[in-house]
Amino acid sequence: MPGKTVSLFIQCLVDTMFPETGEAMISVFDRLGVAYDYPPGQTCCGQPAFNSGYSRDAAAAAKHFIDIFEAAAVIVCPSGSCVHMVRHHYPELFADDPAMHSRALAIGAKTFEFTQYLVDELAIHDVGAQFPGTVTYHDSCHLNRGLGIADQPRTLLKNVRGLELIEMRDSDTCCGFGGTFSVNYPEISVAMVDEKVDNILATGAGTVTGCDISCLMNILGRLRRRGEDVQVLHIAQILAGDKGEKR
Amino acid sequence: MSKKPQSQYCMDAKKSMDSPRLQASLHSLQNRFGKGAMALWAEMDDQDMRRRVKKSRMKNLEYLDILLAELAKNVRTRGGHVHFAETAQDAIDYTLDVARKNEVKRVVKGKSMLSMEIAIDPALQEAGIEVVETDLGEYIIQLAGDKPSHIIAPCIHMDRSRIGELFAEKLGIDYTDDPPSLTAAARKALREKLLSADMGLTGCNLACAATGHISLVSNEGNIRMSTTMPPVHVALMGMERIVATLDEHRETVQLLTRGAALQKLSTYVSFVGGPSSDDDPDGSKEFHLVIIDNGRSKILADPEFREVLACIRCGACLNICPVYGRIGGHAYNSPYCGPIGAVVTPLLDGINKHADLCKGETLCGACKDICPVQIDLPRMLAALRQKLAYGSDRWNTRQHNPLEVYAFTLWRLIVCWSPLYRTGLKIARLCQRPFVEKNRMIKRMAGVASGWTDGRDLPPIAKKTFDEIWQEKHATPLPKLPVATKEDNNA
Ligand code: SF4
Repeated sequence: MPGKTVSLFIQCLVDTMFPETGEAMISVFDRLGVAYDYPPGQTCCGQPAFNSGYSRDAAAAAKHFIDIFEAAAVIVCPSGSCVHMVRHHYPELFADDPAMHSRALAIGAKTFEFTQYLVDELAIHDVGAQFPGTVTYHDSCHLNRGLGIADQPRTLLKNVRGLELIEMRDSDTCCGFGGTFSVNYPEISVAMVDEKVDNILATGAGTVTGCDISCLMNILGRLRRRGEDVQVLHIAQILAGDKGEKR
Repeated sequence: MSKKPQSQYCMDAKKSMDSPRLQASLHSLQNRFGKGAMALWAEMDDQDMRRRVKKSRMKNLEYLDILLAELAKNVRTRGGHVHFAETAQDAIDYTLDVARKNEVKRVVKGKSMLSMEIAIDPALQEAGIEVVETDLGEYIIQLAGDKPSHIIAPCIHMDRSRIGELFAEKLGIDYTDDPPSLTAAARKALREKLLSADMGLTGCNLACAATGHISLVSNEGNIRMSTTMPPVHVALMGMERIVATLDEHRETVQLLTRGAALQKLSTYVSFVGGPSSDDDPDGSKEFHLVIIDNGRSKILADPEFREVLACIRCGACLNICPVYGRIGGHAYNSPYCGPIGAVVTPLLDGINKHADLCKGETLCGACKDICPVQIDLPRMLAALRQKLAYGSDRWNTRQHNPLEVYAFTLWRLIVCWSPLYRTGLKIARLCQRPFVEKNRMIKRMAGVASGWTDGRDLPPIAKKTFDEIWQEKHATPLPKLPVATKEDNNA
């Protein structure tokens, strides 16, 4: 099977607030000799609108995404929830439009979350990274429940040299982000992330990681507000052996 | 933009979150029953059972009219009365009529959420009838003049010291917080009521069409006594609560008791199929089954929401939901709380009225995972939000937030046209400058965005977006390298 060129889908939050995550993903691909491109014109998968009930607006974003990525051989994204959106909700959005529906199914079938692509598609368990320190891992909901991805990131982390993985209590409990939920119901959202933060702190790990920048942004925001300096890194940054925090 | 005034939902939620006592109860509830149910499902030998029961639930909804007719025929054959009530008022009127004919002065109740949905207690009381709950949890709630906060464990928000104080005050016993002593006190008080009641009023967990029985699941036995001791028994049944055969009944009950309390079977499963007779002298002299619609056929008719009628009201979804786990049951302002309540309450009682229930979850999916019949509540929450977003004639729903409608229209324009998106980002990056603090975080924002920054820092838009970095570094296309594939690696 010839090597496929990976088309990067850089989730909007990664693009705008955490570009180092995208860069880290690229350096992992470089190290592994995976070819990639970055289709221009990409914006947002439409999740914020979908989760808020604005399915027509989400469908417009979905169509934009499909137009941009249709020619790709394979699409890889450093965010489980966006992949869940593309794979599972795009087809629903076009349930009444057979042509768009089949385009959506085709796009979904070739869209992968970063760790899922490495482990399940490329059968890579060790990316050759080094990361000295203790790390705890948060299972994002859409990644874990929606896509069934929980072992892949752990496999990759366990093979990072120098890294000690310490599991937190209730790693698969929601961090309380929930998109617009976090601003519409801030008190509930903060109470939820507080529990997550407590569980992270209880591990004593120096770093918390995950595969979804939105959850990590929520966790980071609460950690800093509470004056805690646990490092927050997207898994790509660890796999890139890149210890630099956000610039 | 200024901050929205807080809704009742938010205020009630806040109250719960501020109560360490409640937080501790919710925590231990979820730790024990939420985690326990997930472990049960994982260990269950028959891994196909949940899917099978779900399938039968959905099939029975398909043939609901036939099954209900069969049930009614069988109950009537045995001398029971069956009344189909289209509305809550209908059900109340019928029950009041039965009470009047039998000169009922005291009603003992078996736990029934449907009785709360149709608000039958106040109607009975207004008619001068004393109403006594006999389920221990419901009895405590009634004594306290409170509302249930969990569909299986209604007084989960009260700890035993609170119950001790309540019993000391209302039952005139010496204060104790020893559960067996408290239970004994309740038992003594309730026995008197049960022995002297003129009518038993219960719900119905399931009804079996083939045999013409309703079944009631409980652990205390008081529900059974409510069906057998008073001369008249009225059972309120939600019209979707039906199974076709006893085989289906067996499996469905097993999932119900497992989901509710991690039990293979509850202590009591009572079957009632009619009044007592010469060859079956136990039970009430009159049996009335009131089959209630009260908005259910509307749900049944909408393929988007029909699935919610497959619910067997086990309460497992409450035991895992991270939102319920923080805010408890009272914030839902409905007999049905937690994830199931968040879906079924708006459908039964108005989507606009209960907009906060539709929107107040993260869609994390834990409820779907734990549900014994795998009901996709997150999907239906999203569907409810669609009604609020665009309005719906079918559901008599108007657009919830016109401002949000404009915001998402604008959002759509921006994300569908990347030059606008990129320009917008540049402008936002300029505007954020005064807010970015030394540690490169934003600590304070105005308007809706303050929802984030009231409790959390926010990372700013990066000095260079990934897109900008890419344009700089990779303006010329990369050489395409061969890729290591699964086959190569396995070779
Ligand atoms: S939705 Fe599922 S988990 Fe929740 S009460 Fe109904 S049957 Fe139980």
